[in-house]
Amino acid sequence: MFLWFHKLGSPPHFYRIAGKWLPWLNWAFMILLLAGLYGGLILAPPDYQQGESYRIIFIHVPAAWMSLFIYVVMAVCGAVIIVWRMKLAEVVLISSAPIGASFTFLALITGSLWGKPMWGTYWVWDARLTSELILLFLYLGVIGLHNAIEDRRTAARAVAILALVGVVNIPIIHYSVEWWHSLHQGPTVTKFDKPSIHWSMLLPLLLMALAFQVYYVLALFHRCRAELLRRERNSKWVEEL
Amino acid sequence: MRNDRLLFEHLDIGLEAGQMLVVEGPNGCGKTSLLRILTGLRLADGGEVLWRGEPIDRLAGDYFEQVNYVGHHDGVKHELSCLENLRLARAMGVPSQLDLDDVLERVNLYAYGETEAGSLSAGQKRRLALARLIATDAMLWILDEPFTSLDKASMALFSGMFEQHLQQHGVIVMTSHHDISLPTQALQRLQMGMAS
Amino acid sequence: MFLLRRDLLLALRNRAEYAMPLLFFVLVITMFPLALGASPELLARIAPGIIWVAALLAAMLSLDSIFRSDFDDGSLEQILLSAHPVAVLVLAKVCAHWLVTGLPLLLVAPLLAEMLGMPGAAQATLLLTILLGTPILSLIGAIGVALTVGLRKGGIILSLLVLPLYVPVLIFAASATENAATGFDPSAQIYMLLAFLFLATSLSPWATAAALRMSVS
Repeated sequence: MFLWFHKLGSPPHFYRIAGKWLPWLNWAFMILLLAGLYGGLILAPPDYQQGESYRIIFIHVPAAWMSLFIYVVMAVCGAVIIVWRMKLAEVVLISSAPIGASFTFLALITGSLWGKPMWGTYWVWDARLTSELILLFLYLGVIGLHNAIEDRRTAARAVAILALVGVVNIPIIHYSVEWWHSLHQGPTVTKFDKPSIHWSMLLPLLLMALAFQVYYVLALFHRCRAELLRRERNSKWVEEL
Repeated sequence: MRNDRLLFEHLDIGLEAGQMLVVEGPNGCGKTSLLRILTGLRLADGGEVLWRGEPIDRLAGDYFEQVNYVGHHDGVKHELSCLENLRLARAMGVPSQLDLDDVLERVNLYAYGETEAGSLSAGQKRRLALARLIATDAMLWILDEPFTSLDKASMALFSGMFEQHLQQHGVIVMTSHHDISLPTQALQRLQMGMAS
Repeated sequence: MFLLRRDLLLALRNRAEYAMPLLFFVLVITMFPLALGASPELLARIAPGIIWVAALLAAMLSLDSIFRSDFDDGSLEQILLSAHPVAVLVLAKVCAHWLVTGLPLLLVAPLLAEMLGMPGAAQATLLLTILLGTPILSLIGAIGVALTVGLRKGGIILSLLVLPLYVPVLIFAASATENAATGFDPSAQIYMLLAFLFLATSLSPWATAAALRMSVS
């Protein structure tokens, strides 16, 4: 197990494995996405309260999940970087940041689009939207810091520290914002009660979440491969390609 | 001590008590990087630095206690007087037996004890930075171009000081473009070239 | 301790520089009535928010001085090579920084609160939140500065890194003060701030030390 891990950690090996996986991931993503969209947009019944407009949650909710998930992945990479100084973790961390930021942005956009028919405006200082916005700032901070430092390995270490600090703060920020919201606005529109959601809605939602998950891995592999080539452009295995 | 890094691959140096290593080479060949790796300020991409058989990152504070580093920057606070600067250096390391007045005396700064370091000349500031070496008790001195902006008399003064340190079983690693007379029997030279 | 004393001494010899954030704090607060009109009810209502946003910005402005000069003149290398644990030294430096930048805010805050017409009961709470909150700002800010001190254009990135992390402090401090102003019990928020302070004190010096090592290498 450890040996396998160690081997995967070597850049040329990862480059090859990732390359082999890419076509399969492409297919998996396509199938999941189509199945999820078909289930969500066509099969699932309209909501009795929100009508058709609720369907944007099939994008919004998975995107919001992914935005958090990717940050946690980055923090785990950060810990690996600080403890073991593993090169591949640096590459994964750096490559994840823009993908995570995109998902966060997508969640914000879809959230505000959903808000228009629900609340009548595009932006409400809703607890979830607000913490998502702050999460976007955290992502942009990571990207900005990485771009500002020239030396790639130093930059990766800086970003690793930042990601760890961020991951400690995310729950605190999240609960502060939630608390702030309940204080200032009182209970507003209650969203769907998760347990009572009907399986015909839940299934497409999970399919979409899975599709986004696969997309993340797909995009991650692409970015990692590019980043690896850039970093190791002077090494032997890159020249052999 | 042992080291090995990509900019300069397959470097394997050992130094014993009472020995001195002078690192030479053109600008940009990685002398400063090497010294900073030896201090532990910078991490090597590969390889390790051993002090008495143990890697320095594991020793941490125990190693830093034994090291005195004077880099390109003097590390002198302009707003503080010479004495205050030295007192601070002592507080951060292991104070030596010498009285601070004697320390200043030995680097010819006795008259400037209460003067703000900011009003000293570049050479005087350099002397103050080097005075840290004898104000604290450290076995290993790592010096990056210690003679920058020093006049001939001061250079002689400090090479005498280095000699004394070596006789007391100290170790010195330094870079220098200046030709100085040092005891040859204890001296190792490391010639670094430009990486192609 | 010696480092704390050194930094205080340095601050004393650079008084003018350290007075700037305080002046900035007062100036920002002066802008609000000019922009929003001086109606007493409005000002009294938004006073906690104004004071806290201004405190946040003033803290941001002063952050750079924690490590900047030490980085420029090489003292930072000496600190990292000291025989003492770096996290403890960092804590001492942050303490010194707070004493010269955070504490003065505490002194002028009652004056500003009075000018904005904040009720007396709320003023005591305001001071308490500043007392608890500004050290957190310094502690979190120190991480940000440590990450950006080696950069030429660190300033803008610093605010991007640090301000989102200030959100919880802002929320709880401002709402504690507001609660007190409207006659509710602010103790829940105060306890939260206290908890944040403990958390920041125990974690931030380590992150800062790691970031400083990264910055000098």
